[in-house]
Amino acid sequence: MAIIETENLTKRFKKVTAVDRLNLTIERGEIFGLVGPDGAGKTTTFRLLTAIMNPTEGRATVAGYDTVKEPEEIKKLIGYMPQRFSLYGDLSVMENLHFFADIFEVRGTEREERIRTLLHFSRLEEFQGRRADHLSGGMQKKLALACTLVHKPQILFLDEPTTGVDPISRREFWDILSNLHLEGVTLLVSTPYMDEAERCSRVGLMFEGKMIVCDEPEKVKGLVRGEVIELRPQPLPKAWEIIEGWEGALDVQVYGGLLHVFVEDGERGMRQLETLLASHGVTVEGMHQIRPRMEEAFVSLIRREQEDAAL
Amino acid sequence: MNSRIIPIMRKEFIHIRRDPRTLTFMFLIPVIQLVLLGYAATTDIEHLSTAVLDYDRTPASRELIDAYRVSNYFDINYYIDDEEELTRLVDGGRVRAGMIIPAGYSRSLDRTHKAEVAFIIDGSDPNVARTAFSAAQGVGQAQSVELIQEILGIDPEEQPGIEVRPRVWYNPEMRSANFMIPGVIAMILQLLTTFITGAAIVREREQGTIEQLIVTPIRSFELVLGKVIPYVGIAFFDLSAVLIVGVFWFGMPIHGSVPLLLALALLSLLTSLGLGLLISTVAHSQMEAMLLTFLTLMPSIFLSGFLFPIEAMPLALQAISYIIPLRYLLIIVRGIILKGVGLRLLTEQVIAMAIFGAAILTLASLRFKKSLE
Repeated sequence: MAIIETENLTKRFKKVTAVDRLNLTIERGEIFGLVGPDGAGKTTTFRLLTAIMNPTEGRATVAGYDTVKEPEEIKKLIGYMPQRFSLYGDLSVMENLHFFADIFEVRGTEREERIRTLLHFSRLEEFQGRRADHLSGGMQKKLALACTLVHKPQILFLDEPTTGVDPISRREFWDILSNLHLEGVTLLVSTPYMDEAERCSRVGLMFEGKMIVCDEPEKVKGLVRGEVIELRPQPLPKAWEIIEGWEGALDVQVYGGLLHVFVEDGERGMRQLETLLASHGVTVEGMHQIRPRMEEAFVSLIRREQEDAAL
Repeated sequence: MNSRIIPIMRKEFIHIRRDPRTLTFMFLIPVIQLVLLGYAATTDIEHLSTAVLDYDRTPASRELIDAYRVSNYFDINYYIDDEEELTRLVDGGRVRAGMIIPAGYSRSLDRTHKAEVAFIIDGSDPNVARTAFSAAQGVGQAQSVELIQEILGIDPEEQPGIEVRPRVWYNPEMRSANFMIPGVIAMILQLLTTFITGAAIVREREQGTIEQLIVTPIRSFELVLGKVIPYVGIAFFDLSAVLIVGVFWFGMPIHGSVPLLLALALLSLLTSLGLGLLISTVAHSQMEAMLLTFLTLMPSIFLSGFLFPIEAMPLALQAISYIIPLRYLLIIVRGIILKGVGLRLLTEQVIAMAIFGAAILTLASLRFKKSLE
């Protein structure tokens, strides 16, 4: 059963169309990842779905309620964590939690029970008396998440929840999200990190307000044209220059000392590359074929989109 | 009361308690205003520094000097020997007035019952000069009357003539403080509340917390009420503090009903809260909110009758004063405190305040709802 459905959802601002005829269906219990470059329209999509903003055209329903006509019903069922830290810095961890519990009218023993659970899983028990603006970035994010969970929302919207957070806190944060997912909460997460996108049941790639691709991570990776060869050439800049000019390469991406070359046929490509680079005096170490990762998939999908737009 | 208003109020009190700057601002401003306007901005002109150049040096001339001294308007600080010195003293701002008694003053008085003295007044401040001018003449006239009575041998009780007996109502001693303190009360109610309301709501926007609040089931009226009620409380605290200091320190009498004053103060808050809310929909930062409040402050001070009487203004400015809410509030507050006027005589002002309040608050609420998008 679809818990979120949009129909040609469009939001135009004075100069730009932030969201352009978006058609999206998210099933109950999904963990949906929204990815795309900055300015692709991810945050605006969240604002439209959380009924903060009204669309210019089209419509959206969340849990069966229309975002324009029945925003109050939606607000009881959802939790939204904006990208920017938006709790009260001068209130302590506990005071912030109590405040949101009061606003959502979570009362009595249920309230105490809920706050205890949230403090426990966000590992903020020791810091409950500390002012929110004296917490580290990772702890602030966890507190923000805890505050949005205080009323047990069915659907959770998280706008880049892990941006600017260290890798360990990021991992912890995703463990929490996985637990929520297992409890049956539907999650909508936007992220700039591709490893996080891989943890989603489905991902949608947004670019200039449009949804370019929307599928399971495995299938998205399958959309990449050609196969990927990884190699460690020496010297790297010269090798990059040669391969860029080679008509057999569909795309070349640099990863540290490594090059990823997209070709039509992996086996043949490797043989051709070997002779090509050797003839220019470039030594190559460990050339092998790899499965494209989410990162390569997105970079090449967006480049293809940009090229199509340029034509 | 609605259950979501209370948590917001509680949160707001925590903000206030933890922000010493706002706290000082809210409690210090009224005190400073009161002291400044109660003492410094007094328009009572007395004890003007005065120099005397007495060429006559007789008992009669000394009697005249004494008459000026006891009038309280003039403090004889300098006895000088020549006119050049007088010029120097006036130029240097050491004296505001100078009296020159010519040689032969006493003799001329004895012979012809007539004498002349010169009185010099520094006219750079017209208010001071005007008071000094009439005081100088008044003292002289009183001296002349005494002289006439002496010559004609009339008992002062039976002296013929028309006696004008002015009687000053409401503020018989004509003390500036009695006039200023009700004004300060009106200012606090209007401007401090406007600014604090504006800033408190803008702060949610500045911090981005408003976005988090919009996705909760909270309604905009709950948010606004929860946020402003603590500040209304503080405004009333300030109001009572100013009233108490006014009565017990400055000796200002309250002739009217205090409950009526408080009730109408509450009515006037509709306007100032509405204005604060309106400012919050325009301003992006607390600084902008402050500047916008300041923009409304100037016309309020100068056109409301707070310092200068409206009747004395050019007609165009008088017309503008009708759209300044402080105008009505000042009449209400001064009327109740100084004149002891009741609701019946203030109907016009109360209706005006109610209309202002309803209009501004409606406009602000509509804009506020839209600005949340």
